[in-house]
Amino acid sequence: MSNKTIYALSTVFGKSGVAVIRISGSDALKVIKEVTAIDVENIKPRYAYYTPVLDKNNRDLLDKALVIYYKAPCSFTGEDIVEINCHGSKAVLNSVLNCMNSFSELRLAEPGEFSKRAFYNQKMDLTEAEGLADLIDAETKEQQKYALRQMEGNLKNLYSSWRENLVKVLSVLEAYIDFPDEDIPQNLYDDILNTVFKTKKEIEKHLDGNTVNERLKNGFRIVIAGEANAGKSSLINTLTQRNAVIVSDIAGTTRDAIDINLDIGGYPVVITDTAGIRETDNPIEQQGIDIALQKIADADIVLALYNGNAVFKDEKVLPKNKTIYVANKMDKLSEEQIQAIKDKKHLLISAKYNQGIDKLIAVLLDKIKDNFSSSSNFLITRIRYRRSLEECLDNLSEFSLDKEIELSAEDIRLACRAIGRITGAVHIDEILDNIFGSFCIGK
Amino acid sequence: MNKFDVIVVGGGHAGCEAAAAAARTGAATALITHKISTIGEMSCNPAIGGLGKGHLVREIDALDGLMAKVIDKAGIQFRMLNSSKGPAVQGPRAQADRTLYKKEMLKELKRQPNLCLIEGAVEGLIISDNHINGVSLSDGTEYYAKSTVLTVGTFLNGIMFTGHKTTVGGRVNDVSCKGITAYLKAAGLNVGRLKTGTPARLNGDTINWDILDEQSGDDEPVAFSFLTDKLTQPQIKCYITHTNETTHKIIRDNFSKCALFSGLITGVGPRYCPSIEDKLVKFADRTSHQIFLEPEGYDTNVVYPNGISTSLPADVQDAFIHTIKGLENVEILRPAYAIEYDYVDPQELNKYLGVKKIDGLYLAGQINGTTGYEEAAAQGLLAGVNAALYAQNKDGFSIDRSEAYIGVMVDDLITKGVDEPYRMFTSRSEYRLYLRADNADLRLTEKGYNAGCVSDDRYGVFKAKKNELDKYRSFAESRFIKGSEIDDCNLPLKKEGEKKSLFTLLGCNNVSRETIEKIVPELKEIRSDVYEQLCIESKYAGYMKRQTADIEVFKKDESVTINKDIDYSQIGGLSREVVAKLEKVRPTTIGEASRISGITPAAIIAILGYMKK
Repeated sequence: MSNKTIYALSTVFGKSGVAVIRISGSDALKVIKEVTAIDVENIKPRYAYYTPVLDKNNRDLLDKALVIYYKAPCSFTGEDIVEINCHGSKAVLNSVLNCMNSFSELRLAEPGEFSKRAFYNQKMDLTEAEGLADLIDAETKEQQKYALRQMEGNLKNLYSSWRENLVKVLSVLEAYIDFPDEDIPQNLYDDILNTVFKTKKEIEKHLDGNTVNERLKNGFRIVIAGEANAGKSSLINTLTQRNAVIVSDIAGTTRDAIDINLDIGGYPVVITDTAGIRETDNPIEQQGIDIALQKIADADIVLALYNGNAVFKDEKVLPKNKTIYVANKMDKLSEEQIQAIKDKKHLLISAKYNQGIDKLIAVLLDKIKDNFSSSSNFLITRIRYRRSLEECLDNLSEFSLDKEIELSAEDIRLACRAIGRITGAVHIDEILDNIFGSFCIGK
Repeated sequence: MNKFDVIVVGGGHAGCEAAAAAARTGAATALITHKISTIGEMSCNPAIGGLGKGHLVREIDALDGLMAKVIDKAGIQFRMLNSSKGPAVQGPRAQADRTLYKKEMLKELKRQPNLCLIEGAVEGLIISDNHINGVSLSDGTEYYAKSTVLTVGTFLNGIMFTGHKTTVGGRVNDVSCKGITAYLKAAGLNVGRLKTGTPARLNGDTINWDILDEQSGDDEPVAFSFLTDKLTQPQIKCYITHTNETTHKIIRDNFSKCALFSGLITGVGPRYCPSIEDKLVKFADRTSHQIFLEPEGYDTNVVYPNGISTSLPADVQDAFIHTIKGLENVEILRPAYAIEYDYVDPQELNKYLGVKKIDGLYLAGQINGTTGYEEAAAQGLLAGVNAALYAQNKDGFSIDRSEAYIGVMVDDLITKGVDEPYRMFTSRSEYRLYLRADNADLRLTEKGYNAGCVSDDRYGVFKAKKNELDKYRSFAESRFIKGSEIDDCNLPLKKEGEKKSLFTLLGCNNVSRETIEKIVPELKEIRSDVYEQLCIESKYAGYMKRQTADIEVFKKDESVTINKDIDYSQIGGLSREVVAKLEKVRPTTIGEASRISGITPAAIIAILGYMKK
């Protein structure tokens, strides 16, 4: 990444009371010197200067603005930053941004570049920065929302609270080990057990809610099952042509050629066609069927598509709780047939004539949202987090007070270490601070 | 004769080990101290060992040092702390006869070939071109050596405080060492002040022992040294009493008179060894604090009251001590005092305890910001060996965190520095289940022998034990036992036909040696220390697997060396603050760098990336 000075509009483009243009880098003040009336040699950091903003070339008055200077390294990016708070009209913004563009020292920031610089200058920790990476990569609105939440430190607060619990437990155990002749209350074992139990439960719950989150990252998996002539391809074609559905092309993910990435109502979805399922002696076809069965098992939602003239065969291979039955070719059905299908609570569509598709999308969206609302507020956005939490949980599961105390302490120490990979390591000084703060040590 | 290979300045616990270790390692060594009669003096509490500290003493012994042997002779009450807990966190501790300890230590030093004891006050260092060539005494005499170890402890610009009264000196009735700091500062070393203290001494003949709780030693005392067969000396008792609200009121009423709170003392004291006034401030709601009354020897009436060190004036001490149960009529032989002294920021040192800015100069003990006899002795040994190796143009001898508490301590000191006197705790080690007091010889003796600081005699004893251990370990691992093999033994083999290795069974808490011998008569021959070692190894086997894997990862980082001349300011992505920290410590490996406080994983990645270029 080059260290050229960058600028960008930090607020939404459009009509608003105030809009903020941010400039970050070593040439920020130079720009200000040219376009404002501020005496930059004597500028005070973090003071608001009310100043005219002039065009670089013809000296036209563009706006009257408030300008604030943040001196490196005490700024969001760790570089010199100048923020121009101007009036939020499109015309003003256009002219000021154009003016910025005319500086050869400046270039428009790439998405997330301010934050990236903040990270490289160690203004953010790993959790914040990873949330940031997700933010930059966010493909859809929902992903963006969760990535933002992580940035705000929800996740960090949650993980930190677990870490604190474990540090407290470890401190008591270490005090028992290292200060045997001291006056330390010996009745803290119940507290230890409760804290470990509570923390363990919370982490378990958190992890349970989080397969959803990986779906957010990698997409909900919808698998279409049904016989070859049931109209699966036409359904996929029809779906991809709807306004509510955007075909997205997420680079860098490896998926089968038949996987199609969609965005349904703001949620990322991967839709997969499968081979028809039936008994066969042909080993190659059998292989295809095995793959299809595996996909069905891994799916979040299975669309069982069948020709309304017939019934869905091989119903028993489909998981009940996540299957939606869809009868195709409703245009060719009689009133009685339609009624019989409705009685079974199956959906009716015509992929060919675009009938019933809105309803299908609404049902899918409901199902996806169901999956979300059952999960906790806090979502894990990285497989690495999950792995660390699982390791933490493993160690907490090993923990008991029935074994030698140094082994109990070892379990907690390893649990602390695992969670420390996310939140920052637990140092011995922290444990000692806790011990000396809580107990009167000093034989 | 005024030329040596190694000069050791100071005759405390660090100095004794340093001098003996340098001499053992083949260097002609001189120990220079104010008074030969105070060599090995225990300036504070009359005890050796404890948690972490006892581990250090065993490690000193494994490297053929003196402390364990001496306390085994001078101990008057032995206790294995945490004996109800697992072996990894058991630490040997002993009360010492102060006079006997000194006597035995001097005996060891006099017996040591290659070592010469000189009385004198070192006040100057002879340094040229960033190299130390010797020392000069207050009377102008100069001594020369290829390397020098400073172990001057609290004597370095020591000032003692009793209330607002200050006395210059390194210990009660002793002068201080004033000149050296200036030489260290002139060489550009970062020097600060630390503080510690020692309580009053009491006349045991005037204590009402009958009304106090007793604390006895172990019925079967365990020795510190791997070479001591059996402890046979009689064991004395310690006693426990408590402060009360009257005591606290007197102390509180006189807060303004204590040196600590009046701002006279600027040095930082150890939190785990607080003065009584500190305890009252920090734990204001407690109405009582315990005090251990420790006799200082067989033939003395002096008693050390552990738990009431203070910087209050003598008359206030007199008043509050008499409010304590059992001490109502006690005679105070000497008041408590606090002492403030200079120390060198240990980030100035490398892992051999050598000063980075002055070739040939080594520091050990309180001068490096530590506290405690054991911490000092362990550093003394390491510095002594390295001073000797340096004088002989040999490679340095270092011990890492995965090998010993000595390694943990040195690494902590040189990568993190200190902001209070550093004391060892077992919780400082991430490899606690492996760094045990019982296996210090297995961890270090071979290594020490290869470096030249372990005698053939000790190595022979060690080898015999090691061979027997290896032999029985492989036997135990390959001998499987079925539940049905013997009927009347209650073995933890539940399922029909289930079998376990003898090694596994040795680690089970409820399987006695008698039971084992009934099934496997071959084990009747085994030495008891080897048998115990096998049981401990088996007990921790599951956890050790993971710890061994951790140690491998650790060793990997330790093996990535950083170029001596690296210019951190050239590395992109490092903040100025990080560069400054790296410049200060100048870590030799990536592992060391990663342990410097404030060095983030991102910074480590940046350094690695730069090194790859």
